[in-house]
Parts: sequence; structure tokens; C-alpha cells
Amino acid sequence: MTDATTVLTGDGQPAGPGQRDSYLNHGKGVLSWLFTLDHKRIGIMYLAVILASFFLGGVFAMFIRTELLTPGQTIMTADTYNKMFTLHGAVMIFLFIIPGIPATLGNFVLPLMLGAKDVALPRLNLASFWLWLIGASVAVASIIIGAVDTGWTFYTPYSTTTGTAVVAMTLGAFILGFSSIFTGLNFIVTIHKMRPEGMTWFRMPLFLWGIYSTAIIQVLATPVLGITLLLLIAERTLGVGIFDPALGGDPVLYQHFFWFYSHPAVYIMILPAMAIMSEVISVFSGKHIFGYRFIAWSSIAIALLSFLVWGHHMFTSGQSSLTNMIFSALTFSVAIPSAVKVFNWLATMYKGSIRLAAPMLYALSFLFLFAIGGLTGLFLGSLSTDIHLHDTYFVVAHFHYVMFGGTVIAFLAGIHYWWPKIFGRMYSERWAQVSALLIFVGFNLTFFTQFVMGSHGMPRRYYNYLERFTAYHQASTVGSFILMIGFLIMAGYLLHSLVRGERAPANPWGGATLEWETASPPPYFNFEHEMQAGDPYDLDALSWDPSIKGYVRRDPSSVLAAPRGAD
Amino acid sequence: MTENAHLETDGLAVDHHFENADQQYQSAKLGMWVFLATEILFFGGLFVAYSVYRLNHPEVFIFGHHFLDKSLGALNTVILICSSLTAAWAVRAAQLKQIRMLKGMLLLTMLFAFGFLGVKAVEYNSKWKHGLLWAREYHPHVDHEEASEILITKEDFETGAVEGVVEDVTALQKVGDGVLAETETVLIEEAPAAAPAAEANRSTIAPAAEGPPGLATQGTEESSEKVIEVEPANAQTFFSIYFLMTGLHGIHVLGGIGAFMWLYLSARRGYFSTGHFTRVDMVALYWHVVDLIWIYLFLLLYLIE
Repeated sequence: MTDATTVLTGDGQPAGPGQRDSYLNHGKGVLSWLFTLDHKRIGIMYLAVILASFFLGGVFAMFIRTELLTPGQTIMTADTYNKMFTLHGAVMIFLFIIPGIPATLGNFVLPLMLGAKDVALPRLNLASFWLWLIGASVAVASIIIGAVDTGWTFYTPYSTTTGTAVVAMTLGAFILGFSSIFTGLNFIVTIHKMRPEGMTWFRMPLFLWGIYSTAIIQVLATPVLGITLLLLIAERTLGVGIFDPALGGDPVLYQHFFWFYSHPAVYIMILPAMAIMSEVISVFSGKHIFGYRFIAWSSIAIALLSFLVWGHHMFTSGQSSLTNMIFSALTFSVAIPSAVKVFNWLATMYKGSIRLAAPMLYALSFLFLFAIGGLTGLFLGSLSTDIHLHDTYFVVAHFHYVMFGGTVIAFLAGIHYWWPKIFGRMYSERWAQVSALLIFVGFNLTFFTQFVMGSHGMPRRYYNYLERFTAYHQASTVGSFILMIGFLIMAGYLLHSLVRGERAPANPWGGATLEWETASPPPYFNFEHEMQAGDPYDLDALSWDPSIKGYVRRDPSSVLAAPRGAD
Repeated sequence: MTENAHLETDGLAVDHHFENADQQYQSAKLGMWVFLATEILFFGGLFVAYSVYRLNHPEVFIFGHHFLDKSLGALNTVILICSSLTAAWAVRAAQLKQIRMLKGMLLLTMLFAFGFLGVKAVEYNSKWKHGLLWAREYHPHVDHEEASEILITKEDFETGAVEGVVEDVTALQKVGDGVLAETETVLIEEAPAAAPAAEANRSTIAPAAEGPPGLATQGTEESSEKVIEVEPANAQTFFSIYFLMTGLHGIHVLGGIGAFMWLYLSARRGYFSTGHFTRVDMVALYWHVVDLIWIYLFLLLYLIE
């Protein structure tokens, strides 16, 4: 065993995770998990509940796609169908994709990247998780009380008049919003106050820049959703007449309020995905990230621009044409920082030694799908084309290319990238590649056909459709089944790896950020030593050690902080 | 928390993941400021709603604000400003480990906060009695005694006392007696819009010029003053916004009371004898923001022209 691995596993203890103290075996029993303040365990709990939500949302999606296999009734009534697409949207957005990356991978990785023992406010972190549980329970309870059929946007005046459980669902989303705010707040404080020696703002891993930008949006936009949903609840329960035209209110004001949050919210979803991309692409290209500062600033730019474009959801709501033009122009401007990122990733890959391991396969899928998703956003941002495409399947396809093809695919890249670190086990690379391929093919079959039928005028959210759309709908449904098989395979090999997977080395991929400097899975206090940070993309500082099937630092002392008097 | 090994640094306990007490304090402070930013944005939605409706329908706000009691509002403003002083004093006392002073200041702050809620309760009660509630529950039935103060009387028109109060009507006031007929016409035109929900009991205040002064059939013996109904369309919006903003603020005051109570109990347990003052500092910061929001509410709801 080299000096490096001694550092990695610490105190001369054997490297087997079975005997070694890790966060997974530090404290036993359900309560030691539910009331833990450890960011890693909170991250794992989030991962479990968020994947359960993803499964639930996925089941709703499969029902929708199956119903659309034929025109007219296939397996459910029109009312049930309305509930299905609302629940699919609400569960996927509020329960899964908004908290998705920050609360799971962010929670786990962020303090490790900082060489810190925990996030700055661990109790708030646990509170955030509990708020998620409470909010999710209330939201899911609405399904039993009377599943909402308004669409996930809860537009007034329908949402103030429908007989379904809008109050429960929006109250759930309101509570989930606080969970999201507290996570973001915690990350802002942690990044500001807990960076290790040597980690200036521009020596932070880009993952942290992405999470930081996300946190800014979470903190500044989510309260507005909070008050909006509170007003909607007050409208339904008390009749305050802010949004209800029957009482002198303005339903379009609701749309403004809603999108003032919900447009920035799509950047809450995509920025952490981009954050993962910056790590994975550099490591699996074996090259220093290209254009570090541009990627960092583009995250901030996206966060700020995200607050200025909400009106593009409302081009057909009767806004003045001047307003429309301004929002349209601002919408185009978001394409600039997004493209800056994509070009920098491509430049990072250029002449790199690319390894097509599972995380990189997903990263490449992301580049392909996000490019389509992002560019079709420009079709929708242009006034003339949007009038034609508004509320068609084109919008649905665009949204899924960005959110699924972007965020979910990057989330999968991140899961595969950090899985060995989180659980200390390797998964089956071969099956991971099979599943990545199935997901890529299934996804494109599902949603590319929706671009085509949308541009031919198939409206979104319709239960029935004209005969000429049948082929597209059936192709889309077949695609969704392929997608589902891909995910089932993934669930299979990931669960298998937890039990039978090969033990993971500290650094299986050769990443230079600090989380790879500690054992897999990390010990309870994260690091055996005080860490100091160097260049997070200096991949040449690492070399492959076949004896541990992992990478080791050529000079392990380069990341160890000088002993401090105070400690 | 058993999981938190407490280290002694400069006499203060520090959670295990911090290097020193200063880092811990700075983290708490930044976290609190970020949280306060979210609070501002939370109220921001209501301020935007206020602005949108006021810009589009200024007459609704000018009409509605006559029903708010400026002196009670001013009293509450003074109460809250005093409570901010005592809250700030409490922080100082905690920093200096003056535990008796700290407890006294916390109690005073809570007293002020309860006083604020008491005054608010009086105001809400009077709105409740007169049916001046939010949109769906808006069924005004104002006593004549009070109506004479807040509604525009014929004398006001004749003496020109209401100059500028109700823009729609000001242009007409100089015409003198002849104005009444015209005002009535205006009102009749507005009437259908005024009651979109077609509620017959929307207003029980007698319409303006049913007869010459002194012949009014409604009201009490003092009602020789003729009340002119100048309620604009959607007057209920003002009261919706009033109750939403002051109600949400009131909930924050309640939260503040809870937080001060927690501090007080901690002080009694001797928590602050060790020199910890972060908690007091954080709660006081929150309290200042609650006060600040009230000052804006007072200006925007009570003191508009």
C-alpha cells in the first residue's frame, strides 16, 4: 500500500469498508438516519425519496402514453387523463426535478468538495428534508382527496373553480418551496463561509458554481411562488378576489406571479445539471476544463437572466406587443451563456482522451439532447413561431428535451459518477452502457415525434386526437416503453451493485476535486485531515494505480492543509 | 445534540464542523440575511399585487383607505418602533452578558408585540362589525355616526371640503347643488360594475340625492348629514389587499413573539450567561424586518391620498 492510499483510508486501518468507520455504519437504526445531521445521510435519504417520486411520476407518464396509444378512450376516461397529466407534471416538477440534483448530489458532494465536515447549517439541512417529507405527503394526499386536474401550473380561474383538491396540492408545493429555499440558503452560506484554504472563488470546482447559482435562484424566486400559492389557497378558501375575475381580480396576474418563479425554476433544474457536466466532461476527457471563468460566469449570468424572461410563457395571454418583444429579446439572450457552456465543454473534449464510461455516455447524451432542447427554445421565444406553436406538443417536446434530456440525463451522469463515492461500490459498466443506450433511443423516439406532431398542430394536454396523429402518438408511446425498460435495467444493476458490487477505490475515475481524496464511502467526518485545495481540474496530478484499480495523487501532501495551531 | 462535539474556542462552544466561533457566527448571520431576503420577496408578491391594483384602480385605494383608522395605525407604528429599540437593546445586553437587562428587554419587546396585536385586533374587529372584509365577505354596513367621518357628506361638497378626495367627483363639486343630480347619474352608471357578483347587499349606505337635505329616511337622528355613496367599482379589492398584507404581517409578528419567548426561556435557563448572543442577534434582525414591513404597510395602506 502506498503512502497515498494510507492517506486515503486513514490511520492504517484496513481498506475494507466492512471494518472501516464510514458514514453508512456510523450509528445504527432508522432513527440514526431520520434525525441525522450528517449531510451525507441527508443526501442519501433525499436520494431515496426523490427516486421514489421519480418512479411515481414515471408511472403517471406511462399511463398518459398508454392512453394516447389510440384516439378516444384507450384505458381511462378523459377526467382521469386530466388528473394523470397534472399529477405527472406536479410530481415530476415539485417533488423530483427541483430538489433533484441539489438536495441529493449537492448535499452529498458539496461539503466534500469543500473539504468541509458538513454544510454550514446542518439542522436547517435536516429541517429542509423534513419539510420535503411533509410537503410531499400533503401533495400526495391530494391524490386521495381528489386528484388535481388543472395542469401543474394551477392557472386561475379554473384552479379557483375546479372541485379537485387544489388546496392540498398547492399547500404541498408551498411547503416543498420552503424545503428548497432552506437547501439553497444553506449552500450559499456554506460556499461563502466554509471554503478551505487555497480555494478562492475561481478555484472552486465548477459544480459548486452551478450549485451556487442555483441556490441564488432558489432563494430569490421560491418565496414568490410561496406567496402566489398562498394567494391561490386564500382565493379558494376565503375568496380574496386577487385572481378571481368574479370578485374583481385579475387571472393574468396569477400567470405573472407563477412564471416569475417558475421560469427561474427551470434554471433551478438545469443549472445543477450543467454543474455536473462540467465535472464529468473534464474528468472523462482527461483534460483540464476549457474556459473555466466563462463557465463560472455563465452560470451566474443564467441565474440573473432567468428573472427577466418569465413573460415568454404568456405571449398569447394578451400582453402588449411591446412587452412581448422585450421578453422575446431577453429570452434570446439566455441562449448566449448556455451556448458558452456547451462550446466550452466541446472544447474540453477536443483532443482529449475520451473514456466512454457510463457517466460520459450520459454527458454525451446531454450535449446532444440539450442542444436540441435549447435551440427549439428559440423557436418558442420568437413571437411569430410561438403563436403557431403555443400549447402544442412542440412545447411539450422542447420542455422534455431540456428537462429530461438535460436535467435527468445529467442527474444520471452524476449518479453514475458519484455512485462509487456514495456507496463504496462499483456498478456493472456493461449494463450501465446498455441502459444508457436504451434511454437515449427511447427518449428520442418518445419526444422527437412530439416535435413533429406539435409543429403539425397537435395541441398539448388533449385526450383525443385526429386520426392523422395516430402514427406519431404510437411511436411516442413505444419510445416511452423503451425508456421504461432502460430505467428498469438501471434500477436492477444499481441495486445489485449495493449488495454484490465490487468495492470502489477512493478515486475510480481520476477526478482532482477534493471528494476523491477521501475514502469511498467517506468516513463520518469526511476527511481524516484538514484539506487544502489546489486546481480542481489538474488531472495530471493523478496517476492510475492498478493494485487498487483507482487513481492516486502523485503528491498526496499537495491537498493536505498545514497543521493549524488552533485545532 | 450528541453528535456535536463541542469544542471550547474563545470561551464559546462551536459546532464540530466549524473551525472557530467567528466562522460559526458569520455563517449564522449570512444565513439570516439570506433568509430575510426571502422574506422581503415573500411580501414582495403582495406589494406587486398592491402596485398593480393601485395603478390600475387608484380610486379603489383612495376610497378604501378612509375606512382605516390613521391614529390606531400610527399608534401601532410607534409601538413597533419602540419594540425594535428594545430588541436592539436586548442584543447589546446579550453581548455584554447583562442577563437581567436581557430578560427585561425581551419581556418588553414581547409586551410591545402583544400591544401591536391588541391594537390590530381592535381594528380588525371594527372592520368585521362593518362587513368591510375581503372580496367574498365584503358586505359593508357602516354606522352613520362613523360614516359621517369617513364618507363624503353633502356639506363637504357644498363647502368644498372634499377637494381632491375623490377624483371622479371633484370636477363636479364646484357646481354646487346642481352636482347631486350629476353625481347620481355617475353612480347609476357605475352601479352594475360595482357589484359584479350581483350581491344585493353590497352597500347599505343610502344613495346620494334621494331628496333635499333633512328629508333622508335612513340613518339615525344625527343623519341630517347626507351621505353620498361614492363607492367605486371593486372597492372590495382594497380590503382584500389590506387583510392579506396585514394578516401575513400579523403572522410574522406572532412568529416573532414565539422567537422572543424561546430566547426568554433560554435566558432563564442561563444559556446566554456563556456569552452566546447569536440567537438574540438573529431574532432581533428578523424583528427589525417585521417592523420595516409594517412601516411600509402603514404608509401604503393608511397614509395615501
